[in-house]
Amino acid sequence: MNVQAKTSLFAVWLWIGLVLLLPFAIVLKISFATAQLSVPPYGPPLTGANYAALVGDGLYVRAYLGSLRIALVSTALTLLLGYPMAYAIARAPVRWRQILLLLVVLPFWTSFLVRIYAWIGLLRPTGLINLVLESLGVIAEPLRLLNTDGAVYLGIVYAYLPFMVLPLYARLEKLDPALLEAAADLGARPWSTFLKITLPLSRPGVIAGCLLVFIPTVGEFVIPELLGGPDTLMIGKVLWTEFFTNRNWPMSAAVAVILLAVLVLPIMWFQAAQKEEARA
Amino acid sequence: MKAYQFWASTLAVFLLAACGPASDEEKTLNLYIWSDYLAPDTLENFTKKTGITVNVDVFDSSELLEAKMLAGGSGYDVVVPNGPVLARFIKAGIVQPLDKSKLPNLANVDTAITQRAAASDPDNTHGLVYMWGTSGIGYNPAKVKEVLGADAPVDSWKLILDPAYASKLAACGIYVFDSPADVFELTLAYQGKDPHSTVPDDYAGAAAAWQAVRPYISKFHNSEYISALANGDICVAMGYSGDIFQAADRAKEADKGIEVAYSIPQEGAVMWFDFLAIPKDAPHAKAAHAFLNYILEPEVIAAVTNEVFYANANAKAAPFVSKEILEDKNVYPAPEMMQRLFPETAPSAEIETLRTRLWNGVKTGT
Repeated sequence: MNVQAKTSLFAVWLWIGLVLLLPFAIVLKISFATAQLSVPPYGPPLTGANYAALVGDGLYVRAYLGSLRIALVSTALTLLLGYPMAYAIARAPVRWRQILLLLVVLPFWTSFLVRIYAWIGLLRPTGLINLVLESLGVIAEPLRLLNTDGAVYLGIVYAYLPFMVLPLYARLEKLDPALLEAAADLGARPWSTFLKITLPLSRPGVIAGCLLVFIPTVGEFVIPELLGGPDTLMIGKVLWTEFFTNRNWPMSAAVAVILLAVLVLPIMWFQAAQKEEARA
Repeated sequence: MKAYQFWASTLAVFLLAACGPASDEEKTLNLYIWSDYLAPDTLENFTKKTGITVNVDVFDSSELLEAKMLAGGSGYDVVVPNGPVLARFIKAGIVQPLDKSKLPNLANVDTAITQRAAASDPDNTHGLVYMWGTSGIGYNPAKVKEVLGADAPVDSWKLILDPAYASKLAACGIYVFDSPADVFELTLAYQGKDPHSTVPDDYAGAAAAWQAVRPYISKFHNSEYISALANGDICVAMGYSGDIFQAADRAKEADKGIEVAYSIPQEGAVMWFDFLAIPKDAPHAKAAHAFLNYILEPEVIAAVTNEVFYANANAKAAPFVSKEILEDKNVYPAPEMMQRLFPETAPSAEIETLRTRLWNGVKTGT
């Protein structure tokens, strides 16, 4: 390895060490401390009580499961919506593709928070959707759209769609059209060409897109806080409550450590899938 | 310029900058306060009077203030905690006792109010009462009337805590603030118990009352009720007086025929206080005292009241407060209502943990 490569590798490790490993070590340390009224609000003795409480109290387990459920469903919905979009962009005339891609990422130019607030304006009882439906005579009373799990799914799919479309597009765009022609020549119907050629070849894009949506969604706090109702139980909110309302830093640190452990599993699965792909 | 000359001059500049604050110690003040919680000219006049410039940082939740202070080294000279937060700051040794020799204007305080504030700040040693208010019911009179008729109990917690009423209001929308402290205190008062009870069973009973009406609550949130009330999206909210006045104000400005009213329930309500306090490690403690003394001037605090619609605790400020606010019984409650208000306090750690856990259970239906 030459000097340049060594230096840049060192820079990578330094970065990872400073912004990932060191903060995580601090969080891990706090998660074994005891909460107390002081500056900072924790101290000795070291204890595993926080983790015992996490496992023992059904609230936390249900919150983790609730987050996983919401993340899984919204990832699936995002895939169902994002795949046809990515496919259409990849098959569009070359001069259109850049514009279409630009339109996909265009919402990022507006603050995330403002865009979620905009959904409140659309979904609330006196909001645009209810007003239009009422004036058309479709409904007599405003529908309850805001403060529901449905609103949370909508918000997540809306906010994370570009993360699904971009890796899928990158993969689908590279797909050799000759393969599809060959399949057609050999008598394959379009649907079976899709299932046997396109879908398997775009698998890495599907996995990457799903992880990019799934991982941040599990810990999502803003969308359920603003669009969800009392029944929307997610771990991000529980973590917030432990830290801010209860001022229990050790407990919230323990919640964060377990959350990371929950997320490491799909990442490891992705790594294994990547390796398998490389071997094939 | 040679390299060492460049570094030497750079170093000199840094040293000067580092020493700078020491020489103008009394010329700056770092204030950490709620957003929109001063009159437009409060700080300007203070600077004119004392030559001290004020750097303002704002927070939008009490939790944010507390987390920042508990992390340590905030660098603020004056902060604005509410009662329970101040009580915890005192216990944790984060705030310094006020040097009353530097506060000659303390003679202006209304002791009838500060006595009650002593529930959080024993003997009023660490905090100066800045503003106070109540937690009550914000409602849309027209919509509530439509659902419950003209004799709806808008001056009672029954409106939210009695399933007979709550179930009817559910479709129209009920928001409840997400504050276990206020909620449990006022629920205990509603049930005829001591709002500051130390009996765990009382809290279980209060939580049970909430479990019964939980299906009818659209949302538990600390600020969303302001715009929801103002837009006419909901019928009823349990919230802070000032937030609901703000909603009423916004509804009036929007001029879409939506009215928002506030009531202090008959069963009693939480009386909350916001204090000015000086952190122990405040870099400009002298300037901080000068600021507190300035706030104690009747005209200064009256101007704040006129701006934010909260009552102050200054006995001499009344002549400078606008008549409309002074006569508003929701801002300055009548004496018999004052008897039914109780100050919020910080309970023992055990009760606090129990309260929060029970409240989490209410919110999530377990």
